[in-house]
Amino acid sequence: MTALRYGISDTLVLAKRSLLRIPRQPDLLVGFTVQPVLFILLFVYVLGGAIQTPGFDYVDYLMPGIIVQSIAFGGFVTALGLADDLKKGLMDRFRSLPMTRSALLTGRTLGDVATNIFQLVVMFSVGLLIGFNFSGSVGEVIAGIALLLLIGYAFSWVFAFIGLVSSSPEASNAYGFTILFPVTFVSSAFVPVDSMPSWLQPIAEHNPFTYMVNAARALFLGIPPGDNVWLALLWTLAIIAVFAPLAAWRYSRVVAR
Amino acid sequence: MIAAASVGTVPAAVETSRLHKRYGSVEALRGVDLFVEKGSVFGLLGPNGAGKTTAVRILTTLLKPDEGSARVVGYDVVREAASVRREIGLAGQYAAVDENLTGFENLDMVGRLYHLGRGHSRSRARELLESFDLADAGGRLVRTYSGGMRRRLDLAAALVARPPVLFLDEPTTGLDLRSRIGLWEAIEVLVSEGTTVLLTTQYLDEADRLADRIAVIDHGLVIAEGTSQELKDRVGGERIDIHLCDDSRGGEAVAALASIASDRPFLEDGSVRVPVAERRGSIADAVRRLDDAGIAIDDISVSEPTLDDVFLNLTGRATEPEAEEAEVESK
Repeated sequence: MTALRYGISDTLVLAKRSLLRIPRQPDLLVGFTVQPVLFILLFVYVLGGAIQTPGFDYVDYLMPGIIVQSIAFGGFVTALGLADDLKKGLMDRFRSLPMTRSALLTGRTLGDVATNIFQLVVMFSVGLLIGFNFSGSVGEVIAGIALLLLIGYAFSWVFAFIGLVSSSPEASNAYGFTILFPVTFVSSAFVPVDSMPSWLQPIAEHNPFTYMVNAARALFLGIPPGDNVWLALLWTLAIIAVFAPLAAWRYSRVVAR
Repeated sequence: MIAAASVGTVPAAVETSRLHKRYGSVEALRGVDLFVEKGSVFGLLGPNGAGKTTAVRILTTLLKPDEGSARVVGYDVVREAASVRREIGLAGQYAAVDENLTGFENLDMVGRLYHLGRGHSRSRARELLESFDLADAGGRLVRTYSGGMRRRLDLAAALVARPPVLFLDEPTTGLDLRSRIGLWEAIEVLVSEGTTVLLTTQYLDEADRLADRIAVIDHGLVIAEGTSQELKDRVGGERIDIHLCDDSRGGEAVAALASIASDRPFLEDGSVRVPVAERRGSIADAVRRLDDAGIAIDDISVSEPTLDDVFLNLTGRATEPEAEEAEVESK
């Protein structure tokens, strides 16, 4: 019982630390706000006119997709933070303390949930300003937001693992973006899958991002989701089930570099 | 050997037995026995790559030894790691503090992670900022701190829970002289309050000033152990270097100084080198002898044995500095 209480308290202490960092590092703040907003504007006003999305206004089609992408990347703070802790020797200090060992990871990923909420507020505000409409019921929209936060949480664990295997914060950033960025594009996030070349379509269709984006789109726009919500949920839980233990395993092995 | 003799008579704060640690093909520790008495300061002296940091990492539960065992205040560092962590503080050469937090936030965070209550953690943080001369800077982000301030904060962080055993891994490497002395004084205060300290250092003067006992470590082995005086005696103690106004009278000077030297004086680089057993009074003695002989002195100084001298003496070779660690801490 005491162990659990300490575990929660340690996690909260470290989540707070993770969050305090963001307003103090302007480049991170830019990564969370300016960058996704810029992406929304570029896609809607520059590329949107050339992209055919039958049955949707492009802004309605795009918003769920770009939000899933941004929220998946929101966890990069965890990768940067962990890689930085390793590099600066802070990991040694934490590991020599009588704290709950896993709290460094759970604290970071929990901190990410808070930044993800902040991201959602910023992105939805911009979306609503430029013509995005929620057409789903209140229940569907809430379910959609919950799904997004769960997706963000899952990718925090992916980034935690990346941060712990990279040789430096810069490398963790590079890994994260070169691996994940293309994956988010070969999905239904920005363009309909059937507009892609036929050899690419099966890949895009079975890309977990496609399920996640389709699920969010269905919930926010009130269209029949088919299996997308369940498949998205399944994928998200699978990512947590794989990467949380991987990150924990790696964490238990790391030594300061 | 020396360690074994003390077992049973005085309580140990730290005790290791045949510690081995390998990294791939590199043997970082090759059977290290240490015994640190409660309330004492123990210096682990050695060049870069000798195994000092590996030993500290094992004792602070960050690494598991491949063979051998270690106890800190009676707890086994592997089987009872959680208990060990409650009893120790660690301050390292990397100044492990969070740059994006203020000094106060850093200490408060560490306090909470030691499970001090919220109020207690805060008051302890304020108290430590005060005693480490950081009270004014406590509200500033650490990334604005100087190197010396970071080390002081790092040391303060190690002390949050008033641990009975403190591990300091090269606490002053890379610091300027003024900051080093400041940190030494802070450590001396702790020791006077009863904290046991195990510190690693590359500097003989640091070990000399702080440590009651010193173990010299090289290539993963303890090659000598004793008090600072004992080690210096083995090295040959101190030496007076005299530069004469007239180099051609070196031979006469050697003869005149032979009676005050602990070993034969010799000529080197145009100076007369006089090994002495004790520095006290030896300069005055040397000046008097040369004066009596009518030999004029241009310059005279005492040189203390350095780690290099200890090494040369103990191993017959010079230390081999490794570049990778030398660049640490210059920010």
